[in-house]
Amino acid sequence: MKYLALATGLFAATTAVAETPTLTIYTYDSFVSDWGPGPAVEEAFEKTCECDLKFVGTGDGASLLARLRLEGANTDADIVLGLDTGLTAAASETGLFAPHSVSAEYDLPIAWDDPLFVPFDWGYFAFVAEAGFDAPTNFRDLAASDTTIVIQDPRSSTPGLGLLMWVKTAYGDEAKDIWAGLSDNIVTVTKGWSEAYGLFLEGEADMALSYTTSPAYHIIAEDDDSKAAVPFDEGHYMQIEVAGKLAGTDQPELADKFLSFVTGEEFQSIVPTTNWMYPAVMPQGGLPDAFGTLIKPEKSLLVPADEADEVRDRALEEWLRALSR
Amino acid sequence: MALIGPSGAGKSTLLNVIAGFFPPVSGRVLWDGQDITNLPPAQRKCGILFQDNNLFPHFTAKRNVGLGIRPDLRLSAEDHQEVARALDRVGLTGLGGRKPAQLSGGQQVRVALARVLVQRKPLVLLDEPFAALGPALKAEMLDLVQALMTETGATLLMVSHDPLDAQRIAPETILVADGRASAPCDTKTLLATPPEALRRYLGT
Amino acid sequence: MAARAVAINRAGGGGPGLIAAAFVAAVILGPVAAVLWRAGGGGWPGPADWAALRFTLTQATLSALISVALAIPAARALARRRFAGRRILITALGAPFILPVIVAVLGLLAVFGRSGALNTVLYAAGLPTMQIYGLHGVVLAHVFFNLPLATRIILQGWQSIPAERFRLTASLGMNAGQVMRHLEWPMLRAVIPGALMVIFAICLSSFAVALTLGGGPSATTVELAIYQAFRFDFDLGRAAVLACIQLSIVTVAAILALRVAQSGGFGAGLDRSLRRFDAETPALRLLDAGVLLLVALFLLTPMAAIVMRGGAALLDLPGAVWRAAGISLAVAGASMALTLALALPMALAALKRPMIEAVGLLGIAASPLVIGVGLFVLINPWTNPMLLALPVTALVNAVMALPFALRVMTPQLIDINSEFGNLCDSLGMSPRDRLRLVVLPRLRRQLGFAAGLAAALSIGDLGVIALFADPEIATLPLQILRLMGAYRMADAAGAGLLLLVLSLSVFWLLDQGGRADSDA
Repeated sequence: MKYLALATGLFAATTAVAETPTLTIYTYDSFVSDWGPGPAVEEAFEKTCECDLKFVGTGDGASLLARLRLEGANTDADIVLGLDTGLTAAASETGLFAPHSVSAEYDLPIAWDDPLFVPFDWGYFAFVAEAGFDAPTNFRDLAASDTTIVIQDPRSSTPGLGLLMWVKTAYGDEAKDIWAGLSDNIVTVTKGWSEAYGLFLEGEADMALSYTTSPAYHIIAEDDDSKAAVPFDEGHYMQIEVAGKLAGTDQPELADKFLSFVTGEEFQSIVPTTNWMYPAVMPQGGLPDAFGTLIKPEKSLLVPADEADEVRDRALEEWLRALSR
Repeated sequence: MALIGPSGAGKSTLLNVIAGFFPPVSGRVLWDGQDITNLPPAQRKCGILFQDNNLFPHFTAKRNVGLGIRPDLRLSAEDHQEVARALDRVGLTGLGGRKPAQLSGGQQVRVALARVLVQRKPLVLLDEPFAALGPALKAEMLDLVQALMTETGATLLMVSHDPLDAQRIAPETILVADGRASAPCDTKTLLATPPEALRRYLGT
Repeated sequence: MAARAVAINRAGGGGPGLIAAAFVAAVILGPVAAVLWRAGGGGWPGPADWAALRFTLTQATLSALISVALAIPAARALARRRFAGRRILITALGAPFILPVIVAVLGLLAVFGRSGALNTVLYAAGLPTMQIYGLHGVVLAHVFFNLPLATRIILQGWQSIPAERFRLTASLGMNAGQVMRHLEWPMLRAVIPGALMVIFAICLSSFAVALTLGGGPSATTVELAIYQAFRFDFDLGRAAVLACIQLSIVTVAAILALRVAQSGGFGAGLDRSLRRFDAETPALRLLDAGVLLLVALFLLTPMAAIVMRGGAALLDLPGAVWRAAGISLAVAGASMALTLALALPMALAALKRPMIEAVGLLGIAASPLVIGVGLFVLINPWTNPMLLALPVTALVNAVMALPFALRVMTPQLIDINSEFGNLCDSLGMSPRDRLRLVVLPRLRRQLGFAAGLAAALSIGDLGVIALFADPEIATLPLQILRLMGAYRMADAAGAGLLLLVLSLSVFWLLDQGGRADSDA
């Protein structure tokens, strides 16, 4: 019976497709979850487009790109949403993306001129600790202290990769010594962000690698101001999340419309309290008050997209060598 | 007809070859001049009672008997009557609804006999099914078997290690010893003047 | 024996079993081949991959050996003691096995972690605290997951020894040591290789546990290397070759183990009460009580932590979680039916060809990532893989549960065959009738146990759904990951508890269903 119901559901879905155009968006899984931006974004866009917006969730940003490479030009996707600046170069190389025509007043710490990708939110990686914890304020002090941290594996997690790039851009050739120094501070390395953050909340370590915006969740959703991000004086590495249009889309106009929508008021006001990141374009109402309490890094670090791959491979090798001992 | 001989002599093997469970290493099995060596057990003209596991524990006595008529248990009203008659005949009137675990050892054997009865096979093989019963009960069962055989006109071939069993119901006996079966002889004569192999077995 | 095996084999025929086995092999090897094909050939693993292989073999071997070594005294204590709540204890002990990894790991850390119960006690007593992260942490977690399974397998071995044998040893006045030597050791020799094999295979594809508790990249397993090859380097060829290496190791282990282990799987057993005169000395009573207490503490305190962490959030979980629970139950139902439909013909065919069990074992050792990617590659040209997310998840979950179902059913089929094979032959039962009238009724307990295990495993397994996810139809484990990804750790804990309760109830119901009025 279950499958019969499912089958008729699908049939109904296909007949609906014939009437209204469908815009298919590939994104990472947490974007489409009931607690992510997906449901609100879908509702808002469908009000204006007379179309059916269909989200498809796949793991995280890196899995998203891998899936796109698997499908190649045959992909059903019209839009890919959720790659970040570490992945855009590789994504460009696939030749699957088409230029966009969006221009907006971006509220980003850096100038944005990528012809293929439109930024929709951004944030800084940071260690999160209990408020009032006497935390070291740079990687050298951290390595010298007995503060414990949980981090993510760069091979399976986006924040893990972010940390790798953070240390590399801040310290260059010295990065391997920093990692060697950190090895006794690292309690463990997890597969993804959830595990690391979960371990931190369980008290397994003093700090976990997350985002400067993480404490905003606890303040807004849980009315709990006991978590704080720790400012590092080397500066903080950035993550800018982007959306792009597929060259092979069968809905080019709808796709352009969506990319404009992404930088528009409605989308941008949904992002801060569902994805817990900074909006790429400041909405008119500004940010929720809780965001005002967050630390503001003085210096933003980011490897240019076209150098990301090379830096990444060298940094990973150093990381593996330093921590495998 | 009885098959007697020491244990390990090959009595059960012979029975199994006749019933079709083992293929003979060499030689043929003939029935009425027909070669049945390669026929599967159920197509041979014989019903069999094993030493144990004659009944399915999850079926009632009635259904166990019914299997003898239709192995798929799709029994007609007539079949049910026949099952009931067979159960009456072996003295189990009214006990058809019980499962084997609720029956005594003797009653279980009666159920199995009822099934052999409804199978209507011209040859009935007994592989010491009464070995676990006490002497009085065993005698009672042997008499029942003899009566049933007389009624149905079927031939009985029974394995036993006890010459008294043979004496009781089998006019003829085959002596199996050292892997050889001798030709059938008159039971009384055989026991009165036992050959060397039988004397060793009887310990006389 | 071969002639007898033919007898019941007619109940399913060898044919359907071989078809089922070929189907299972295709479901596992097809995707690997598809990935290789898509990559245009294999890629040679690098030095880091070989290091990962070494670590994987080390941890899987240690985990299997230690799980089984601890399971022997536990199973012996359960086999020779009768006490109130024994059945409930046996079911509860099985809980870690069906939990999603991250839920179980957090439960484990609540006890053994830095600020866990154990360290709190040690600290208060002025003793040095314990550090869980490292190879020993990985092994500890794997023992936590697999000790229940090992105990169950070995316990069934004990229950397969007929009561008459124990009565005989009692009448001969043997003490516990002599009973062990003459009766229990031969059984253990037959049962242990199978238990080692299954647990080794399970630990081989471990990833998140090994990484999280391993403490760093030195605890890289083959599965993580596959993950890296796929999503970091997008080197499909290397991912497929690593998956093949993983499968070959399991195949070799399975063939070795099946050679050594004659029969003795873990049939659901009769569990009849049995008085063990040899074990009635005060010292042995104390020993068994101590063993059971330690095992229960080890397995149940993390469970209690999961219940405590999730209890508060359980009652007002978001609607999406309940919906996901419904979907998971539906998938579990389909997966269970599929497991039985594959396991029954395969177990029948395994009477003649024992190596068929090795095919079943591939399921638990196959890399979920490679299987998922391969199925994706296979399905994508024909239809949108998302539409098939649930059927594919049910199928993969079924294949993963298959080896356990086969281990349960095969020994009982061997018994049914030797007891009733000739009777069926002499009555001229057709294959269908044999299955309907003899095999199915006599196999009810095993079918119930296998169905319960398959359903429970399916509820707890993330499976391949993460690769095919559709926002509308998340399963419960996927929803737990999503909750955690959205900072909602308390809700995730509540959903984890819901999952635990569902899995155990489903297992309990199906297992009891198999026992109900099976008075024979």
